[in-house]
Amino acid sequence: MKSDVIIIGGGLMGSSTALQLAMRGIDCTVVEKQSPGRHASGVNAGGLRQLNRNPAEIPLTVEAAKMWRNIESLVDSDCDARFPGQLRVAENSNDLDLLEQRASMVHSLGYAHEEMIGREELYRLVPALAPHCLGALTCREDGYARPFHALTAFRNKARSLGVEYRINTIVDAVERESGLWRVTTRKGEFQAPVLVNCAGAWAGHIAASLGEPAPLKPGAPMIMVTERLPHFIDPVIGAASRKLSFKQMQNGTLLIGGAHMASLDFRKETSDIKWPKLAMSARSVMALFPQLKDVRIVRTWAGIEAFTPDNLPVICKSSTAEDAYHAFGFSAHGFQLSPLIGRIIAELIVDGKSGFPIEPFNITRFRPLQEGYQ
Amino acid sequence: MKDQYQLVIIGAGPAGLAAATVAADHGVEVALLDEQPAPGGQVFRAIEAAPVERAEKLGPEYRRGEKLVTTFRNSSARYFPDTQVWSLSAQREIGVIHQQQARMISAEQVLIANGAFERPVPFPGWTLPGVMNAGAGQILFKGSGIVPSDGVVLAGSGPLLLLLAWQYLRAGVKVKAVLDTISRVNYIKALPKLPSALLVHHHITQGLRYQQTLKLAGVELHNGIRDLQAHGKESLESISYRHKGSRHRLRTDSLMIHFGITPNIHLSQAAGCEHFWHKRQQCWRPELDKWGGSSIEGILIAGDGGGIGGARTAEHAGRISAFKVLHNLGILNQRECKLEAAQDRKWMKADLRIRPFLEKLFRIPDSMLRVPHDNAIVCRCEEVTAGEIRSAIAAGHTDSNQVKFYTRCGMGPCQGRQCSQAVAHIVADKTSVPLQQSTQFRVRPPLKPLTLEQLASLYPDETE
Repeated sequence: MKSDVIIIGGGLMGSSTALQLAMRGIDCTVVEKQSPGRHASGVNAGGLRQLNRNPAEIPLTVEAAKMWRNIESLVDSDCDARFPGQLRVAENSNDLDLLEQRASMVHSLGYAHEEMIGREELYRLVPALAPHCLGALTCREDGYARPFHALTAFRNKARSLGVEYRINTIVDAVERESGLWRVTTRKGEFQAPVLVNCAGAWAGHIAASLGEPAPLKPGAPMIMVTERLPHFIDPVIGAASRKLSFKQMQNGTLLIGGAHMASLDFRKETSDIKWPKLAMSARSVMALFPQLKDVRIVRTWAGIEAFTPDNLPVICKSSTAEDAYHAFGFSAHGFQLSPLIGRIIAELIVDGKSGFPIEPFNITRFRPLQEGYQ
Repeated sequence: MKDQYQLVIIGAGPAGLAAATVAADHGVEVALLDEQPAPGGQVFRAIEAAPVERAEKLGPEYRRGEKLVTTFRNSSARYFPDTQVWSLSAQREIGVIHQQQARMISAEQVLIANGAFERPVPFPGWTLPGVMNAGAGQILFKGSGIVPSDGVVLAGSGPLLLLLAWQYLRAGVKVKAVLDTISRVNYIKALPKLPSALLVHHHITQGLRYQQTLKLAGVELHNGIRDLQAHGKESLESISYRHKGSRHRLRTDSLMIHFGITPNIHLSQAAGCEHFWHKRQQCWRPELDKWGGSSIEGILIAGDGGGIGGARTAEHAGRISAFKVLHNLGILNQRECKLEAAQDRKWMKADLRIRPFLEKLFRIPDSMLRVPHDNAIVCRCEEVTAGEIRSAIAAGHTDSNQVKFYTRCGMGPCQGRQCSQAVAHIVADKTSVPLQQSTQFRVRPPLKPLTLEQLASLYPDETE
């Protein structure tokens, strides 16, 4: 089968890229080894967070936030997005110092989306919070959406513009021959002049077959969800010195994440919940919201993600192969960036360059590492 | 409760009781964890407490449980009632709630003996107050002597339906009708299996004779009914069904339904055991060897949880698995193990003779399992209808887990126990992928809701 572009991976990055290319009239085929959203794209915590990102990501996250505000015009669905703000609370003076340093660093870069708030404003925003907190760093524009719904919307829009999805299609080999990429799968061969690698936790294998291995480490961040409760909190809560992300979803359930990892069998694609780590998340919740002690947890899960050594993504043109592009390694914080990533890759393919500062995300940054290993 | 046992058995029905007794008698340190307040499981529920008079009304088979419980009580096995298991890993770590406290225990060997539950078959109105599972009705009767009001209707398929109608009659309840989905085709298909079934003197074959008693008492009995629906505003007011080409309506405020039972595989799924779709029993079952060993070392399954065989078979299977556990623990050698299990194997084989007949006779029509009415609620927890599931499939969400992601069907506190089979049938029907190849809902622990405080109390020494 022939098209202009083959995208490996039908998750959010792949679907966003397919959508942006299709909007520019380019014929794409998406090859997905399972079903779209089986792992990170479908089961992440859905955070739309600009707060507390690596400075290199700030220009991207700010632009992505604008796109989310207006997401319906892009994908014909609001993706159930809400923007009640996100905040990181300070529980002691040390926390407060850290957050204040962070705020002034962001301001010095010329951005105003992150802001320090005092005790009074914090309790006005989150009256349910335990009384010991001193203040918080907040981004009032932040929020969350429902990841599987967002992915479905991206995929449906891409398909409506002619993008072809091949699901349950495992890639066996990627080769370049006389100006064409040839992707061999168990369900036939696909050919296109351009290749995009959005294969998530499996993207390292694809990059390696292009001669530029990326030191990806798969991980499975655990999430738990509770029974439905009457609405009692709006913003998404994190804490300066705890691994915690806490929010009340549209339907009243509480979604509790904290980047604690499940034990993962990457080959079988299964994970086992690590209860000792999840118990820590529960203790964090109890410290900030002791009134929730009798709330029942009804589900826990962990989706497979790919982490890079510096926890920054890879977004670039291949340094070794012609007409190949990468977007992977988002290290458990790619959801918010996803609408923009498609745009950047489409710009790279169509215009040969992107208007966004993506140098920090070049795959070549891992070269010294690999040489070190060798 | 200790942190570790040689053998942990989950469930105190016939399989668990028999296994615990055998293992304890051989000096194994056994913990038997049970959700119920007293041993007996579903079939011998409240057997120690039921007055003799009620036990008599329930029939002679119920008395058989007394012996099982007494010998178990006299053994050295530790019994933990009111204990819920909320997780089980392949490493045999068991998450438990005992006396409101969450804890983790571990075991060298685990025997899952948690039985079966009534097959949920969604139809329009099945969630109305006044509609109840026949099994739940029997629990109320066995446990507290509670019976429904006069004019109760029983509908569905399976031996329990007739047994319960008969038990109600004996308790003086006026039963209005028994509506059976068994069609003439089922009878014809089952007939060749009848001779070997009749060799077993079983309370279930007795069930067929209950029909006569019911007829004499003036109960309306109809076979081959279709398209059952329950109607009412706030609660059940009437039911309707098709029979012999026309639609009938009956006024009633109480409907007992039963569509057979299906193995409780949540724990074996959580541990990661292999399962397969069993065509004849219309359910998923764990892959088991002839000792009840699952695909995971050290995890065995006995009784209806491993495939429906009934109470007597469960008892034999429990003992057979217990002998295997004794072998695994180095207490019996292979020859002794085989020898000890021989008698139970023989009895079990004889008891199972009735199954092919029952499976043919009580087979639920596939048309019902596919939930043909779009307005029927499939997921009670999240209130997702069959129509919404079909739309999700049509929109490209073509396996059970994608349907779950998209519709939230199966994400409620029951963990998909009530809807997983119906969703699988609908998906198989719409996508033409046979059930044998279909994916099941992935199990997301805790299997029983656990409070934040209970979870927070675990592993207090763990720090960031």
